[in-house]
Amino acid sequence: MKRLIPGLILLLAAASSAALLPARQVPAAAPSASVLLDRVDANAIAGNKILIAEMVIRGRRDSRSVKSKSWVQGADKAFTEYLEPAREKGTKMLKLGDQLWTYSPDTDRTIAISGHMLRQSVMGSDLSYEDMMEDKRLRQAYDGSVTGEEVVLDRPCWVVDLVSKTGDAAYASRKIRVDKERFIVLKEERFAKSGRLLKTFEVRRAKLVQGRWVAAEAVFRDVLKQGEGTVFKIESIEFDAAIPESLFTKASLRA
Amino acid sequence: MMTFLLKGVLRDRGRSLFPFIVVTTGVFLTVTLYCYIRGAELDVVRSNANLRHGHVKVVTRAYAKDVDQIPNDLALLGASAQIRDLEREYPDLEWVPRIEFGGLLDIPDAHGETRAQAPVAGFGADLRTPGSPEPGLLGLANILVAGRLPEASGEILLSAGLAERLKVGPGDVATLIGTTMHGAMSMANFKVAGTIRFGIGALDRMGLVADIADVRKALDMDDAAGEILGLSRDGLYRPDRLAAVAAAFNARFAGSGDEFLPVMQTLRDQPGMAMMFDRIRDVTNIILGVFLLAMSLVMWNAGLVGTLRRYGEFGVRLAIGEDKGRIYRSLVAESLMIGVLGSIAGTVLGLALSFYLQAVGINLAGVLKNVSFLMPIVIRSRVAPAAFVVGFVPGLLATLVGTGIAGRGIYRRQTAQLFKELES
Repeated sequence: MKRLIPGLILLLAAASSAALLPARQVPAAAPSASVLLDRVDANAIAGNKILIAEMVIRGRRDSRSVKSKSWVQGADKAFTEYLEPAREKGTKMLKLGDQLWTYSPDTDRTIAISGHMLRQSVMGSDLSYEDMMEDKRLRQAYDGSVTGEEVVLDRPCWVVDLVSKTGDAAYASRKIRVDKERFIVLKEERFAKSGRLLKTFEVRRAKLVQGRWVAAEAVFRDVLKQGEGTVFKIESIEFDAAIPESLFTKASLRA
Repeated sequence: MMTFLLKGVLRDRGRSLFPFIVVTTGVFLTVTLYCYIRGAELDVVRSNANLRHGHVKVVTRAYAKDVDQIPNDLALLGASAQIRDLEREYPDLEWVPRIEFGGLLDIPDAHGETRAQAPVAGFGADLRTPGSPEPGLLGLANILVAGRLPEASGEILLSAGLAERLKVGPGDVATLIGTTMHGAMSMANFKVAGTIRFGIGALDRMGLVADIADVRKALDMDDAAGEILGLSRDGLYRPDRLAAVAAAFNARFAGSGDEFLPVMQTLRDQPGMAMMFDRIRDVTNIILGVFLLAMSLVMWNAGLVGTLRRYGEFGVRLAIGEDKGRIYRSLVAESLMIGVLGSIAGTVLGLALSFYLQAVGINLAGVLKNVSFLMPIVIRSRVAPAAFVVGFVPGLLATLVGTGIAGRGIYRRQTAQLFKELES
């Protein structure tokens, strides 16, 4: 979940749940997509941040919650430690660039997560490790075009269609709704190359923290699963926090 | 009369040798193939029932729908109570919980870093409870290659092929990276107690067997079971009876739409099994039919040749007053004797080869790569009581049909031409 932070925070910091108002024509006053994406990236990606978050996984059969604490540096480095439930307590994850490791205290093993394992669910949530690994800025990873306006969470938003620049992104295209004034993504759909909808993301509540808008509560849903999605709640978040560089090393996983 | 005909058959080889060889060969092939197919069927049923499906299996409706994905998140909860109920209701079946799972097996080096990694397809079965039928059902003692069976918590068996690939052996530690029933990644350390060879392709490439208690702990499946297998206590699969049992069980829950209610399926309901059963039945019928037809044609032809050769004999017999029906019947009786003798010889030879193949088997590893059910690599013949008589069906019928058709020429024989023929 902590790892979530780089990729998801980017999104979380920009997304939110929605009541929408379709109006598909592109207004004359629409900003260019690149400017818009720059503003979204600037709002979402901070230097350092420490956050405590809860993930409520609403499965087909039951719900359970997982709490974690994450230390994030930019979009490249993140260290997460799971706090609850007891079974997951002490499990840690480290992301350095495009590498991801997980440490399990029960086995005292550190395992690199790669290949098809990246498609696995993070703690049974609707989020995959691949989602967590998304660390590129939207502007870097996607070509965008503003295609309309919508109202989400009573906020006027730009609708921006994104298409992967390189083809190596987890999603070939995305449709995001960006708050016109706060530059936070409030709603999003992610699609496969075939055009099939894979994931949805909706912010339910956004809040201003140290001058940045973050998604305090959001629902991320893997539409290929039959659950009701995973609710992410940020309990606390601190930007520009001091984080020792030693935390972002494999040695810290076993510490 | 019969003794007279039998002496003729035995002494006049020109009359009997070729039909005898044809019948013997046909019956030999029929018996051999019948035993081999029967053996294959029993091997497949036993492997699939004991290792994977049971003769019947109880799963949740949701699990049954996506069974090929091994959806442990849809497993049966409260498995112990469900097994108790099943044991009370169906005492002639033995009920055992199973959990199938997939994952990665990670082998650490001296520093705890990954040294080797490979995908595994494992299952958890009750290996350690005293009196559990599972070690027997799985035949673990017979397939143990090295080490011993699990005796303590956290011990596993690895397929010998997988162990070789990962360069691990008894006593080594391996970390299973799997998925809990809640969908989270799980990591659990196990100690390799021994290596096994099932003789079944997929399992020997990536098989892992663990005690179900350890699997439950690793996959966070407390008192859950992916499947509860029911196996007839006498080991026999009775498809019709078990289909009726399953139908009655499922009828109880017919009114509810709850996807987590249990559903009972028979072995035949499992992927690929119905096709396998039907195909075996078809192939058996085709073999009997083909040999019957082929041998009938050959015997017909042999009968025609024999009739031509014995043209003079029939003329003389008719001339001295024997009626055509009697000659025809004697011809059929002769062929029946040849059929019986050929069937006996063919059956003896076929059984001899089948007994040999029952002990040795034939390795089919090269042609069994894409079957959807568990298939032993070595298929052995099975000499069942029916094998002693199955060859007589084509053996006797073919000779009767062939001779019966060819012998009709007797009725066209004209004695008026006889003396002219004899003079020439």
